[in-house]
Amino acid sequence: MTTVATTHAAASAEPTRRDFLYIATSAAGAVGLAGAIWPFISQMGPDAATIAAGAPVDFDLSPVAEGQIVKLFWRGKLIFVRHRTKDEIKSAQDTDLTSLRDPQADADRVKAGKDQWLIVYGNCTHLGCVPLGNEGAFHGWQCPCHGSVFDTSGRIRQGPAPTNLPVPPYAFTSDTAIRIG
Amino acid sequence: MSGPSTYVPKSAFGKWFESRLPIVGLIHSSFVVFPNPRNLNYLWTFGGILAFMLVAQIVTGVVLAMHYTPHASMAFASVESIMRDVNYGWMIRYLHANGASMFFIAVYVHMFRGFYFGSYKAPREILWILGVIIFLLMMATAFMGYVLPWGQMSFWGATVITNLFSAIPVVGETIVTYLWGGYSVDNPTLNRFFSLHYLLPFMIAGVVVLHIWALHVPGSNNPAGIEKKTEKDTLPFHPYFTVKDAFALSCFLMVYVWFAFYIPNFLGHADNYIEANAAVTPAHIVPEWYFLPFYAILRAVPDKLLGVLAMFGSIAILVFLPWLDTSRVRSGRYRPVFQVFFWLFAINAVLLGWLGAKPPEGGYVLASRICTAYYFAYFIIVLPLLGLFETPKALPASIADSVLGKSGSANAMPQGAAHEPSNKA
Repeated sequence: MTTVATTHAAASAEPTRRDFLYIATSAAGAVGLAGAIWPFISQMGPDAATIAAGAPVDFDLSPVAEGQIVKLFWRGKLIFVRHRTKDEIKSAQDTDLTSLRDPQADADRVKAGKDQWLIVYGNCTHLGCVPLGNEGAFHGWQCPCHGSVFDTSGRIRQGPAPTNLPVPPYAFTSDTAIRIG
Repeated sequence: MSGPSTYVPKSAFGKWFESRLPIVGLIHSSFVVFPNPRNLNYLWTFGGILAFMLVAQIVTGVVLAMHYTPHASMAFASVESIMRDVNYGWMIRYLHANGASMFFIAVYVHMFRGFYFGSYKAPREILWILGVIIFLLMMATAFMGYVLPWGQMSFWGATVITNLFSAIPVVGETIVTYLWGGYSVDNPTLNRFFSLHYLLPFMIAGVVVLHIWALHVPGSNNPAGIEKKTEKDTLPFHPYFTVKDAFALSCFLMVYVWFAFYIPNFLGHADNYIEANAAVTPAHIVPEWYFLPFYAILRAVPDKLLGVLAMFGSIAILVFLPWLDTSRVRSGRYRPVFQVFFWLFAINAVLLGWLGAKPPEGGYVLASRICTAYYFAYFIIVLPLLGLFETPKALPASIADSVLGKSGSANAMPQGAAHEPSNKA
């Protein structure tokens, strides 16, 4: 088609009807192809069952002793629930923010009046390994994979991780229960 | 695939690349400048349609495999979750299931075109045999794919078809046990069928490459059944045949998606939406429509081993077709007596399909036997003898002559050269 169209166009610089047909057909074909490809991309996303399984989860804090770290899952992601001791809270609050890679006050990472409960995602922000609790220079977490060190507020202090352990969306439903999600 | 390429890369990078891997030149000589007979009709577009269907089945199949669980206790539920939960899963599954039927519609048209126009004759015997191998692989793939949803038809189809091998004397039972990986159709059977259902399409793709390679040595046969002699007999693949193939494919796709979107279960069986149950066989068990003629041949013979042999023989005999047809004239167009027997054969094949769906009793059995007898007689008696006794019509001197009429001037083709010659069989 191209060759023929070129021959015609050579006769006059004006576009020919054949050029128009060529472009119109190609455009319709491109739109059709894009429409046909979309479902094959969409199917890669979470399906209805996975989305339904991602509903909020309730968690009872009362059995968690002071100093204990409990692990739970929401949407397949690991979450740490840490019942912090007075010393851990104090060291988290007294940290000089200017010394942090990802500056964030401890108060912004816990709910007001619930300083003892730290709830963060449990995968290192470097490449996703699970950091070990109560390890490292700051007694928060230390990642066994590449040595990132987090403090008792889950903030990055040393090593390759770029950001603090994120805080998942959650709210207290009573004094001793939370709902994540 | 068609000898030294005349392709000359324009860019410096193109030249650098071409001198190291001449793949663009290969594509150029095979699908751009390749000289096709100028008189090809729309029946010759089905090769391209089949290539598309193979790709479509692989693409939809790979996607389905991402969501499917090949386990006897989870397969049925995973197919239901594809239908309900996976984004567009219903569409992709219906495209795949109906795609199998469309694939067979296209392959049967492709084969009957070969039957009528003598495409299997020298020098295209290997091309034809490769086609028979592809057909066999397609049947194996389709059968195993039908087992995967693990519905009642899946389960009992698997049971019946694998039991065919038990007809083999002495070792039959052992072979069946090894096919099953157990003492009945069960989870190990499903697992291996899934594995092979994923493997075979890529084997088909490999044989398709050989098929096209073998095709591009002599080039396509054509409705006149005479070889291209001069450039006047041919037109370049692009744009003439790429556009014609694309148009035919678009029409074919409309039928395909109409099935997939409007009557997605028309060609299936309701029983397959009941989960497999080893204790209950469905009242009326039939294979998918594309196996029905062969199923009718199986049931026409009142002996287990002979029935199985007749069924496999009905396909195996196609391998010998190039030598069974003794006529030197290729195209059925110039064979008046052959035409009669050919159309009887075509009607007979459809009739066998219809009989395959009927219960094996009374007049249906007798009719199946008559049709089976004609099926084999066509290959073993009619075609060998016709070549000896039939007087063919005079052949045109060249393809160009057959297109432009006997008086065909030697002038180069006019604009209408790409028009369809009125050569409906």
